Amino acid sequence: MALIQKSSGGRPPLLLALPAFVAGGAMLIPLIYLLVRASNVEWSELVFLVWRPATALLLFNTLSLVVCVVALSTVIALPLALLVTRYRIPLPGLFSALFTLPLAIPGYVMAYALIGLSGYYGPLNAFFGLRLPRLEGLTGATLALGLYVFPYLFLNLRAALSSLDPALEESARSLGRSPLSVFCNVVLPHLKPAFLSGWLVIALYTVGDYGAIALMRFDVFSSAIYSQYAGAFEVYYAAWLSLMLMALAASFLVMEAWAVRGVRLSRSGTGSARPVPRRPLGRMLLPAIAFVALVLLTSLGVPFGVIIFWLARTPEAIDWTTIGHSTLQTLMIAGPVALIAMAAALPVALMSSRYPGRLSFLSERMVYLGYAVPALPFALAMAFFSLAVVPSLYQSLALLIATLALHFLALAIGPARARLLQLGPRVEEAARALGCGPLEAFSRVTLPQLLRALIAGGLLAFMVAAKELPITLLLSPTGTHTLAMSVFSRTNEGALYDAAPYAGLMILFSGLFIGLVLSNSGRSRQDR
Amino acid sequence: MSLLSLSALTKCFGATRAVDGVSIDIADGEIHALIGPSGCGKSTLLRLVSGFETPDAGEIMMRGQPIGHLKPEARDIGIVFQDYALFPHLTVEANIGFGLNRLPRAERALRVREHMAMLQLDGLEQRYPAELSGGQQQRVALARSLAARPGLLLLDEPFSNLDASLREAARRDIRILLKGSGIAVLFVTHDREEALSFADRITVLNAGRLEQTGAPEVVYAHPRSAFVAGFLGATNLITATAHGLTAQTALGEVSLAEPGEGAVMLSLRPEALELLPVSAHRPSFEVIERIFHGYAITYVVRAQDGAQFQVLARVMNSAAVGQQVGLAALAPAVVVSRPAKSMP
Repeated sequence: MALIQKSSGGRPPLLLALPAFVAGGAMLIPLIYLLVRASNVEWSELVFLVWRPATALLLFNTLSLVVCVVALSTVIALPLALLVTRYRIPLPGLFSALFTLPLAIPGYVMAYALIGLSGYYGPLNAFFGLRLPRLEGLTGATLALGLYVFPYLFLNLRAALSSLDPALEESARSLGRSPLSVFCNVVLPHLKPAFLSGWLVIALYTVGDYGAIALMRFDVFSSAIYSQYAGAFEVYYAAWLSLMLMALAASFLVMEAWAVRGVRLSRSGTGSARPVPRRPLGRMLLPAIAFVALVLLTSLGVPFGVIIFWLARTPEAIDWTTIGHSTLQTLMIAGPVALIAMAAALPVALMSSRYPGRLSFLSERMVYLGYAVPALPFALAMAFFSLAVVPSLYQSLALLIATLALHFLALAIGPARARLLQLGPRVEEAARALGCGPLEAFSRVTLPQLLRALIAGGLLAFMVAAKELPITLLLSPTGTHTLAMSVFSRTNEGALYDAAPYAGLMILFSGLFIGLVLSNSGRSRQDR
Repeated sequence: MSLLSLSALTKCFGATRAVDGVSIDIADGEIHALIGPSGCGKSTLLRLVSGFETPDAGEIMMRGQPIGHLKPEARDIGIVFQDYALFPHLTVEANIGFGLNRLPRAERALRVREHMAMLQLDGLEQRYPAELSGGQQQRVALARSLAARPGLLLLDEPFSNLDASLREAARRDIRILLKGSGIAVLFVTHDREEALSFADRITVLNAGRLEQTGAPEVVYAHPRSAFVAGFLGATNLITATAHGLTAQTALGEVSLAEPGEGAVMLSLRPEALELLPVSAHRPSFEVIERIFHGYAITYVVRAQDGAQFQVLARVMNSAAVGQQVGLAALAPAVVVSRPAKSMP
């Protein structure tokens, strides 16, 4: 029997196909337009524009940063994943949650904390008399991003390690191999896909990030795009840098697909694998405690500690009106973004799960493409497109909201699509057989069961939109100061007191939402 | 000196004694089956021998040397898991050569080729496990363990993942191969036919305890307990009053394999009973069920007092349901000491 239930309905109704296709098309058109505009440049001019040492430096910096962030996250994530899956430790669930929590701290907040740590008035000097230069450049950017993104890799590795059939390792041991040899020859090859997909997410995140890198004053593609565009120096150069950055991101995707090709890891046997046995820590106890303490201290302790330190030392009263205003502005942007993303997610998810075919595949792929394109090139394409087609929309709240909704649409689709596949078309067909029309069957049977997943997706889109920095910076109408923008601009100006309440709110906010999303997707009543 | 010697081996998981004071000796070249219902501790025993679990008490000796403290890779014991645990990222060739990494390259290649030929895997060198049939996967797993030339080979339910149609042929081929290699084998199964046909000696386990060890024929014909009698095949458990070498039963007087006294429970296999015409000299029974097997027929008959007996009769000896018949024992009954709680 086929495991995937497909509706025999054939062609999708127009009511469904049209919005799904519009959502997909809206993603693609601005990107094509960017390509068209950029290619208007004369060949000789293009060589002059692109072929300069500055570009090579940007490429070199961007690639070094990717390598360093990937290396740092690996050094942190692999031991942690081994610890929570292979060793007998108290409360492994709590530790897993703690090692995931740094995701709630945006990169620019991490950068703020690292910058706020040093300096004459910073906590290091105040408590320990330690005066370090302000963190910046490659080191600073690597730390700020690595300490924030390592959970992506940790979660991947943890899943791969706990699903590995222990009989494989035991076979290798009984064939005379030492534990180290088994780890290198059996375990590591099995972790390859988890490493690759984790590294891909981290690399894409690193090339797309703007806030943390800009605060660390490191020149990479994204910061160059922003300064060229915002300074209105050379718009065409910004366009070409955007294309190069997109090509770089695409090359990561291709490289991952190429490296994962030919990996054969399906279990040969049948039946369910035993759970992986856990070893006592033994001699590793002290090093493990030291390592966990170091990771938690730097990734969670530093941001919380620095924020609390600066809040406690703020010389004047905290300006609650401005903060309230800023919070309201953030909500006014993220709220509509979430609603639009949810509304657009429904047709795309329905199309891809109920009417699998070339059309639905295409619209779904385009949605994911919109998410994979780095934020600044995406924002730039939307700006170019709106200037050409509806100039009045340029620098309007509507354009900002539309851009964010398109960019984060993929996040809203994920849970809904998974739930739809799980539900299958049979219950709806049963309702049809009981005399309901197609719309009635959908709204009475499927929608109620889908609602939780849709809301979870919407919450996810809400959270990332509220934390978002580069697109908001580039497209927001003048006078906009979201929480994220406030953290960024105040840290950039060295106003660490002023930035502290915003940074604190930001963490509180994203932590709250991660909890909400997890609890919403975790328990659904209908699940068996 | 025996090759492997387990003495009073005990392993507890929390409050349950998974393996409870088990002692077994295995000779060089012997194929030994551990058989019992699921949860009887046979797989735990295998994991204790292979070194993936540590015993709470007792000793494991190999060629007279204690090996309980050795790590799995240092024990010279190979294991083939129930689902084979082939390395999915390696080719057949690399899987078979996995345990030979300390050999020089040329010798390793030779050894791999030898074992590929031995297990009829020629031509599959570059395949990956996912591209093999179930039978081929099993042979690769065996080749991988045999190529490392272990002193003892452990097999965990070796044939349970094969189709029923393949199983018998695979069993015969692999038995010939293992006997030819001279490697001693300890294997676990819950399939009595597999244990009886594949092993030189069998050990029956129940709830972590050893019930009986011996050659299959002996254990089958002379079970020491109702559990062993029932687990190894269909049997009639009969309450009787024994006097020396005879006993009074619902069947009339039957002879006993060993002397007994007083109230006992007897085991009499269906093939040791035969149907006779009704006669005034012996009690008569009613045929209540007739199960045709092709080569034979099982009859279920009922005595006046309601006791039921199974009789395995040859096809020519036909009786109809509802017919009255007489019964006679063809062989002495075996006294099984404890009364059975339930008959499988």
